Amino acid sequence: MKKFLPFATFLIIILLSVSKVYSIEADVFVQSTVNRASEALSNKFSKEEKIQKLKEIASETVDIKGIGYYTLGAYRKSISDKQIKQYENLFEQYFLKSFSSRLAEYSNPEIEVTSKKELNKNYTMVSSILVSTEQRPEVKIDWRVYTKNSENPLIRDLIIEGLSLARTQKEEFSSIIQSNDGDINALFSTLKEFIK
Amino acid sequence: MKKILITSLISLMLATNVSADTDGEKSLSKKNSGHVKDCFEGLNRATFKFNQGLDSVVFEPVAKAYRVLPSSVRVGTGNALDNLSSLVTIPNNILQGELKKAGVNTLRFVLNTTVGIVGIFDVAQKAGFTKYEKEDYGQTLGTMGVGPGCYLVLPILGPSTVRDATGSFINVLGGDPWYNASINGNNKYLSESQYVGTKILTGLDFRAKNIDSIENLKKNSMDFYASVKSLYLQDRQQKIKNRKGALEIIYDGDWEEIESQ
Repeated sequence: MKKFLPFATFLIIILLSVSKVYSIEADVFVQSTVNRASEALSNKFSKEEKIQKLKEIASETVDIKGIGYYTLGAYRKSISDKQIKQYENLFEQYFLKSFSSRLAEYSNPEIEVTSKKELNKNYTMVSSILVSTEQRPEVKIDWRVYTKNSENPLIRDLIIEGLSLARTQKEEFSSIIQSNDGDINALFSTLKEFIK
Repeated sequence: MKKILITSLISLMLATNVSADTDGEKSLSKKNSGHVKDCFEGLNRATFKFNQGLDSVVFEPVAKAYRVLPSSVRVGTGNALDNLSSLVTIPNNILQGELKKAGVNTLRFVLNTTVGIVGIFDVAQKAGFTKYEKEDYGQTLGTMGVGPGCYLVLPILGPSTVRDATGSFINVLGGDPWYNASINGNNKYLSESQYVGTKILTGLDFRAKNIDSIENLKKNSMDFYASVKSLYLQDRQQKIKNRKGALEIIYDGDWEEIESQ
């Protein structure tokens, strides 16, 4: 037991320091993500290359599955497991297409992270500014970062000048389902149509 | 004076009436923060379609042409329109109890109208004034506790709610000094066409500033009507609370339930 105690202490110290080394601060994570996106959007790439690069970045840094569940709202509780799987698959394709096509229009966007605020252990809001150009004024962008796993933070929402993209998408999906008498398959068909 | 009194009275009556009416809804709204009923969805969608048609034939092409004008002309026009809008912002600052803001905005208006030549140059901002934030009667009704009521799409004017449309109506009841001077005022310098002209220009300025984002949204929306409705309602909610970005974000408990890792 006496021999074991120093070893256990050593192990705990190592584990603690390791977890500290690998935890990534939300603001550093956002800044590095926007730097990667900025590089992908630089004019040295064609539009197709930009889209491909943006899709890769989004797959690694955005919680597409989580956003998909949020976007489905209360409907996620009333559909079957099979439908959930089908939705996850459709949503991922929809998200990557819509996200990359939205961003590909910009060239060399300059984003500066300004501050962060921890909401709770699961979420940190990171504030940033899209620097103004001749064409448009400065835009305030806030990022909802899911920090449950501090080693692998993920983006869950973008709030542009106070307008949440995830919330807009959630209300859009809900509207599609409601206009079709609550039929989730109508949403699936619309998603399939969009992905084409 | 009489008109201001009537306007304040209407605001007050609406506030107490609608608050009394929505007691039941308030407890519901905790569940779904910011949910606004679309009571006239069929009619709203039809009006939205009509507005879209009008936009593609008239507003969008004109806004695109407007964007070709030199940046200094567009900035000057935007500044002058903002300056004019402060005539509605100031009484609303007062009605919302924001007397300091009302003072600052009055000073800004005087400075920009005189030194800034009818507001074309925003000299107040260069002099270090805080960023100008528009206020209107719809927002004032909101701060008084009046719920938004049903969502509306107005012909030509676009998205609104019963509360915001009532707010706009207060402008023509005497709440907008620019309206009073140009339409009701018996003076030889101003006429109805000047008022209508500035309103059209305000719409055009907004459309031109948002050409890319509207096009992008249209292209990436599966239900454009629902996207516009969501963005309009979020924006109004933000403006009523005068939120500075997302650090005071709308609480949405749904995020807490979602496990994906």
